[in-house]
Amino acid sequence: MINKDSFSSVQLDILKEIGNIGAGNAATALSKLLNKKIKMTVPMVRIVSYDEMMQLAGGPDEKVAAVFLQFDGKISGNMFFILSTAKATSLIRSITGLTEFSFDNPDCSELAYSAFQEIGNILAGSYLSSLSDFLQISLVPSVPAVSVDMFGAIITYGLIEISYASDFAIVIETEIKDPSAANGNNSVRGHFFLLPDPDSFKKLFSKLGVES
Amino acid sequence: MAAGSQVVKVGLADMKIAKAPDTIRTSGLGSCVGVVLYDLTKKVCGMAHIMLPDSSLARGATVHPAKFADTAIPGLIRMLEKEGCRKDQLRAKIAGGAQMFKFSSSSEIMRIGPRNVEAVTHWLKKFSIPVTGQETGGSSGRTIEFDPDTGKLFIRTVNLGEKVI
Repeated sequence: MINKDSFSSVQLDILKEIGNIGAGNAATALSKLLNKKIKMTVPMVRIVSYDEMMQLAGGPDEKVAAVFLQFDGKISGNMFFILSTAKATSLIRSITGLTEFSFDNPDCSELAYSAFQEIGNILAGSYLSSLSDFLQISLVPSVPAVSVDMFGAIITYGLIEISYASDFAIVIETEIKDPSAANGNNSVRGHFFLLPDPDSFKKLFSKLGVES
Repeated sequence: MAAGSQVVKVGLADMKIAKAPDTIRTSGLGSCVGVVLYDLTKKVCGMAHIMLPDSSLARGATVHPAKFADTAIPGLIRMLEKEGCRKDQLRAKIAGGAQMFKFSSSSEIMRIGPRNVEAVTHWLKKFSIPVTGQETGGSSGRTIEFDPDTGKLFIRTVNLGEKVI
């Protein structure tokens, strides 16, 4: 059973470092893809109730573009890459050159969706593979899936496995953004949410020798 | 909505009661199912935001009743009976249970929406509560708001607009 006091400060620091390594590599991958400088923020590790979880990224009703994948292996869990629809639209426009395209348009092109899925795949893939290098364990990611819908409806998929065991979730959150356009519409600003399954923490900490 | 009325908010894995002129709302239903039990003669209703079909798979020390279909529905009935409702006066409306993601592998988690709907339907039938409105399945997230005065359930989606059942 996980609750707010489950982890020592050393363990929380390790979870932060995981967010750092993962998102750092993902930011590098995105930077290469866009040929732009991409910055990332210091990762946050939060132990959140379900209601707090729903309030991340603008609240449950907020329309977002999300790539979701699950990973399996020695440790398992869920990973999301989430952008507001405006940011996802400008990202896809700059990559595909489809200037008319918008995620706010319900019948937007299949090509844009698969481009978004592929970007999510590259970013999540580099996040997870750097994690797997760091931890020296194999992680097998699923094929990523895309949804453009309410944040609350999407993020609950990450809670299904957790919710059999606990009323709290541990979220490792990292934000990446394009520093050249501070508030402009061309800036990229996305969130990675990593939600390891409850059983994974023990394995993770014992692997790194920081069992409490 | 009448003046001075409030909107009661139901969170994820949560259940609450509302009385007219108040309304009751839950946001961001994806694979989860929102269940409303209402009594139009008393103008009282209860809403649950259910995440999972079956509490027997729970591994935690305590079972959170609103999380599971098999515990939330009897839980809602008890809450409404405390408010003076009679079980045979209760009616149900349900929404949610979508499949937000289409994975090529048909893993169990991806089918959780339809399984939630099946479980909710099963338990409503078991307690002989007629379902007077249903908007389930599909691939859209839903935010729902119920008015216990009129018995109407307002359903909002981001891609397919609004609907009333």
